[in-house]
Amino acid sequence: MNERESILARIREALRVQAPRAGHADGQTGESPGLPDAAAMRRWLPAGGETLDEQLALFAKNATDLKAEFHLLQTPQELGSRVRALRDTEGWSKVATHRGDLTDLVCQELNLPVCHTDTSYDPAELESCSVGITQCDALVAQTGSVLLSSRSAGGRALSVLPPHHLVLARREQLLRDLPAALELLKRTYAPTYPSFISFITGPSRTGDIERILVLGAHGPKKLTIVCV
Amino acid sequence: MKVTLFIPCFVDLMFPKVGISIVQILERLGHSIECPRQITCCGQPAYNSGYWDEARGVARKVLQSLEAAEVVVIASGSCGAMLKVFYPELFTGTAQADAALRLAGKVYEFSDFLVTKLGITELGARFEAKVTFHDGCHGLRELGTYDQPRKLLGKVRGLTLVEMQEKTCCGFGGTFAAKFPMISTAMGEVRCAVAKATGAEYIVSNDSSCLMHLQGLLDRQRSPLKTIHLAEVLAQS
Amino acid sequence: MSTASSEFKIQARRLTADLHHRQVIQTALGKYEVVRDKTKGAFQDWSAARQAAAEIKWEAINHLDKYLPQFVERLEARGTKVHWASTGTQAREIILAILEQKKAKCIVKSKAMTSEEIHLNEALARAGYEVVESDLGEFIVQLRQEAPYHIVFPAMHLARGEISEVFTRELGSAPTQNPEDLTLIARRVLRQKYLAADVGFTGANFAVAETGMISITENEGNARLTAALPKTMVTLLGLEKILPRLEDLALFLPMLSTMGTGQPLTCYNSLYSGPRQLGEPDGPEEYHVILLDNRRTELLADAEQRDALHCIRCGACLNVCPIFRNVGGHTYGTTYSGPIGSVLTPHLRGLQEWKHLSYASSLCGACTETCPVKINLHHHLLHNRRNAARQRPALGEKLAFRIFALVMNHPRVYGLAAKAGRWLQKLHPLVKGGRLDPARAWTQTRELPPVASQTFKEYWRARQPGQ
Repeated sequence: MNERESILARIREALRVQAPRAGHADGQTGESPGLPDAAAMRRWLPAGGETLDEQLALFAKNATDLKAEFHLLQTPQELGSRVRALRDTEGWSKVATHRGDLTDLVCQELNLPVCHTDTSYDPAELESCSVGITQCDALVAQTGSVLLSSRSAGGRALSVLPPHHLVLARREQLLRDLPAALELLKRTYAPTYPSFISFITGPSRTGDIERILVLGAHGPKKLTIVCV
Repeated sequence: MKVTLFIPCFVDLMFPKVGISIVQILERLGHSIECPRQITCCGQPAYNSGYWDEARGVARKVLQSLEAAEVVVIASGSCGAMLKVFYPELFTGTAQADAALRLAGKVYEFSDFLVTKLGITELGARFEAKVTFHDGCHGLRELGTYDQPRKLLGKVRGLTLVEMQEKTCCGFGGTFAAKFPMISTAMGEVRCAVAKATGAEYIVSNDSSCLMHLQGLLDRQRSPLKTIHLAEVLAQS
Repeated sequence: MSTASSEFKIQARRLTADLHHRQVIQTALGKYEVVRDKTKGAFQDWSAARQAAAEIKWEAINHLDKYLPQFVERLEARGTKVHWASTGTQAREIILAILEQKKAKCIVKSKAMTSEEIHLNEALARAGYEVVESDLGEFIVQLRQEAPYHIVFPAMHLARGEISEVFTRELGSAPTQNPEDLTLIARRVLRQKYLAADVGFTGANFAVAETGMISITENEGNARLTAALPKTMVTLLGLEKILPRLEDLALFLPMLSTMGTGQPLTCYNSLYSGPRQLGEPDGPEEYHVILLDNRRTELLADAEQRDALHCIRCGACLNVCPIFRNVGGHTYGTTYSGPIGSVLTPHLRGLQEWKHLSYASSLCGACTETCPVKINLHHHLLHNRRNAARQRPALGEKLAFRIFALVMNHPRVYGLAAKAGRWLQKLHPLVKGGRLDPARAWTQTRELPPVASQTFKEYWRARQPGQ
């Protein structure tokens, strides 16, 4: 018998005796009621906003609390001037990005040297870039998170190695809450998911030194989200 | 009604005034009291130490003695928890399983009996002092006792109640106090400091074991802060 | 008394008297409590969420025979190599074999308590590999050659001066009192390690059966880098980490963050479902996932305590435990400390040797009250005590309780004992606090109340003449 079989055999043997019902100390046994669905979870989790306006406002508030920058543009035409302003304020000298409708546009507008990560790239080169520019799968209002994957955001390292992460999103990508985001992942990708998916909620941070908040532990110190 | 009083061993030996206060209060309310002489201890020390056979030896006597009782009132949250919550577990799968459940259904901690069962909060009590209230962990978490003592104290003339900033354990924990005295003492010191910070003259509690521990530390510290059981406060007029 | 037990008492005695340590921990945990309560308050119904979380873990653990194979099948279908390890020794052997096969030299690790459990770092160092912990707290305690102090906050006990000192000593950096500068020093050093490492090693917070994904919760980004750059990635996880469905994460990610750090969500919650897939530009070429038993199946067989396997390692029970707060994380001498550690360690490492952790509790129940998955923690401490006494009763104690039962069951004997106590008490001041004092455990630090001149029973009997 190999380890897999012996472990599974031990598990099956162990489970022959019933355990008391979940969250009950009184020893009652028997199956628990069915597992909760998204609608039920939505009733218990923090509110995610009912209308698009509420959700945008909630996302904006969360982003600020998380010390991320959120730019909500009124027209797509503003994109160029906004990213150029960022370039000048932050002093970017080289950008890293992947190919996409928004990222291609932004690269043109920035007019800086570019490192593309769509196919194999040199990590040392990526490390030397001022900013990693990506698109995303969704924005989550409830938590102020950016949902992205190795397929939508140019791989695993692009959005975490450079010191600044710039996310380009569209209004239609705004989702209400985590249940909605996970449903989107299933709809978009099942059964062949990207090997890497992440909810990014603010710039990198640590509290390991005397519980004092420090930004930019290993991931990007700055997170900027521009929404057209 | 006929109330059967369960006076725990340490209340009997060291804090009889608590029991006497309860008798006075209940008799003033017109109830008749019964104190079976066979009952001495709920068996918790043996139970907590893992010697459940020995605990059952004591608990069986308690079950017998209280079988005929209409209602049982206990002067302490930890003994109340033993009878109400832990006896059913102790006797699961034994001949006394049903008796344990029956007893659990008619056991009340003292403040819970007054407020929940009798619906009474006004006892005509007077106690001119600034006090803070310490919730014994067993009463708080096993029996859910929180509002009842506060409702009763709220009606005591001349009494001001100041709450402590945190809810933490006094550190007694029964045999824990003797097995791990340094941890028990540290926990008690932390609790005394939180109590002192309220500026209260008295720590009131519905559990004498907590008060015994805290008073022991306060006396060693020669602190002017005093401890008193809820029943003793309510019996004052 | 086992050596672990005596060591625990020695450390506990030292730490409980250390008022500076008490202050440091109270301050750190005080800050945590404020944010935790605020974040919990944002939930529309925390109580319902908690019950649902308990039910989801109940489903996962009580149908592990179904969900574990499903999880493995999904992972293997996308190219992950899955290994099963019955013991810590086997897990270490599997990992060493992978490292040898890959001719690895440098391993970068993100936080994995399971790797502490199997003493992996020591084994790797003995075999000549360079192992670098990338989580800042773990990095610091690794340099100090200390164990992590807390399962979520490894360096909670350290002041910035102590951190600066170890950085200067081990890394040659300039001393600084500034937390940002200290973080920058670690960042610079670790960056090079991510780029140079052959193998990235991670733990896992959750394992989603439905989609075959490993979920990792973090704030710093070190796990993401560990999983992005090295050519080979290895994840070690306990087989109890299973969640049935992808949507369960909508509840568990926020609950873990809320109770773990007081954040609504941590910075990065990432899902890994395999090695680099076709069309992906980076990520490991090879991904190994190692499922660890290490006596978890024994705990599974204990139906009464099976829910201890529901633990999501949030650390909330440690944070509210008055024992933890006064003795600190190192005193336990175990991988998992606090209430969950006291419940688990007898099962994972041996009941008789580690039962003292279950006895070192006042049973206040704060842990059970706070646990986001409603594990019956403090009652399991009682269960461990009962199991220990049943398996190997301490004859002296057993006898003492037999006598106790005898006295308590015979009111006349009890009455005589009370009178005797009252009399003996008069002699007590002669021995109080000294070695001959039978109540020394108490009187060393506390005053003992006297037996009353009239006990309640005596008063009651006096009231009923003719009885």
